[in-house]
Amino acid sequence: MLDKNGIAKRIAKEVKDGMYVNLGIGIPTLVANYIPEGINVELQSENGILGMGPFPFEGDEDADLINAGKQTVTLLNGSSIFDSAMSFGMIRAQKVDLTILGAMEVSENGDIANWKIPGKMVKGMGGAMDLVASAKNIIVAMQQVNKAGESKLLSACSLPLTGVHCIKKVVTELGVYDILSTGGFKLLERAPGISIEQIKNSTKGKLIIEGDVPEMVI
Amino acid sequence: MINKVVKNADEAIKDIKDNMTLMLGGFGLCGIPENCINALVKKGVKGLTCISNNAGVDDFGLGLLLQTRQVKKMISSYVGENAEFERQMLSGELEVDLIPQGTLATRCMAAGYGMPVVFTPAGVGTEIAQGKEVRKFKFNGTEKDYLMEHAFDSDFAIVKAWKGDTAGNLVYRSTARNFNPMMAMAGKITIAEVEHLVPAGELDPDHIHTPGIYVHRIFQGEKYEKRIEQRTVRKK
Repeated sequence: MLDKNGIAKRIAKEVKDGMYVNLGIGIPTLVANYIPEGINVELQSENGILGMGPFPFEGDEDADLINAGKQTVTLLNGSSIFDSAMSFGMIRAQKVDLTILGAMEVSENGDIANWKIPGKMVKGMGGAMDLVASAKNIIVAMQQVNKAGESKLLSACSLPLTGVHCIKKVVTELGVYDILSTGGFKLLERAPGISIEQIKNSTKGKLIIEGDVPEMVI
Repeated sequence: MINKVVKNADEAIKDIKDNMTLMLGGFGLCGIPENCINALVKKGVKGLTCISNNAGVDDFGLGLLLQTRQVKKMISSYVGENAEFERQMLSGELEVDLIPQGTLATRCMAAGYGMPVVFTPAGVGTEIAQGKEVRKFKFNGTEKDYLMEHAFDSDFAIVKAWKGDTAGNLVYRSTARNFNPMMAMAGKITIAEVEHLVPAGELDPDHIHTPGIYVHRIFQGEKYEKRIEQRTVRKK
């Protein structure tokens, strides 16, 4: 079973040279640590950065320079700063090539829920609804099973939706899945040491398994 | 040059009254109009509707106006990291309208550009689409649904810039820019507080982010704490 860094490592393999990439809060942020050398990408942060760099060295923090998770960050050579309207303009116009974000639930038809648990947690959607409504290429990084042992890959989301029919790929601690346009989670890879049986038991939505499913290489 | 300078935050906000709608710039605690928020707390105006991406933290930023129960309604995209906010929201004391961050920015932009509505795909098929007009448009080669969203209507916009001149021209610094430029454009009356106020002519016209026509009042803030919400660092 993969830990958070393992999920991030596997997703990093989806990042291709020349891409502009938006990383959400949580596991997606970790992806930046595993982008292979020789792959040049620019990270977009929706509060208004292209070309975001790593955390600053101790003592170099700048209150005016934060990422969308409100963490202090740095700028790389060639970076740019812009306002929030332009930031979501480039997202809406599909200039950002790849969006990686977390989820509480994903359904077999590509719906995603990640902003609200009625009566319990209401923090808001931030930029997630804009991102999922417009991005052409979205990968969800998530835990497939919650603390109570229940699957979060469902036939239909139970929580308020963030977007509909928008998710095409999911990477979890157990495997990698494509969400087919005809509906269903198609298993592409198993996490190291994970059996098909374990995956079946942890997927509540329609699971599609064709032939031998390889173990992922990370 | 038209001179937009007022003495201080108290003078800038002197005609903000109970039950008004305010836009406040900033993302998290970054680029927020600290001096005006403190002046609003001191003045004690109540029943405010605040349009701001976030709601500050318990003891800083907009959180200060929540502590004193001066806010009736918040229009924001993300309100985590504020226990008092959550308490007031769950108990029903505070009205909250959560909207997508890009929609928030674009509704400010629409107001500043003189457009009554914009169409955005954000939130199609979700609960925020309830009661909104949906239209299908073909764009970029694909046809999909868009929600009609209205330009914001606010009494005052309060923004924070790094530098400004006496004519009201503004320059922002780094990600403290965020919502400030479009809110500056959207206010019926726009108040700008700046870290450095300089005479007209000192800023390079090519480097102005917000032209002075959008700014009605400008002053240099007395002090800036510029608190960091999440200090994340690497070891040297």
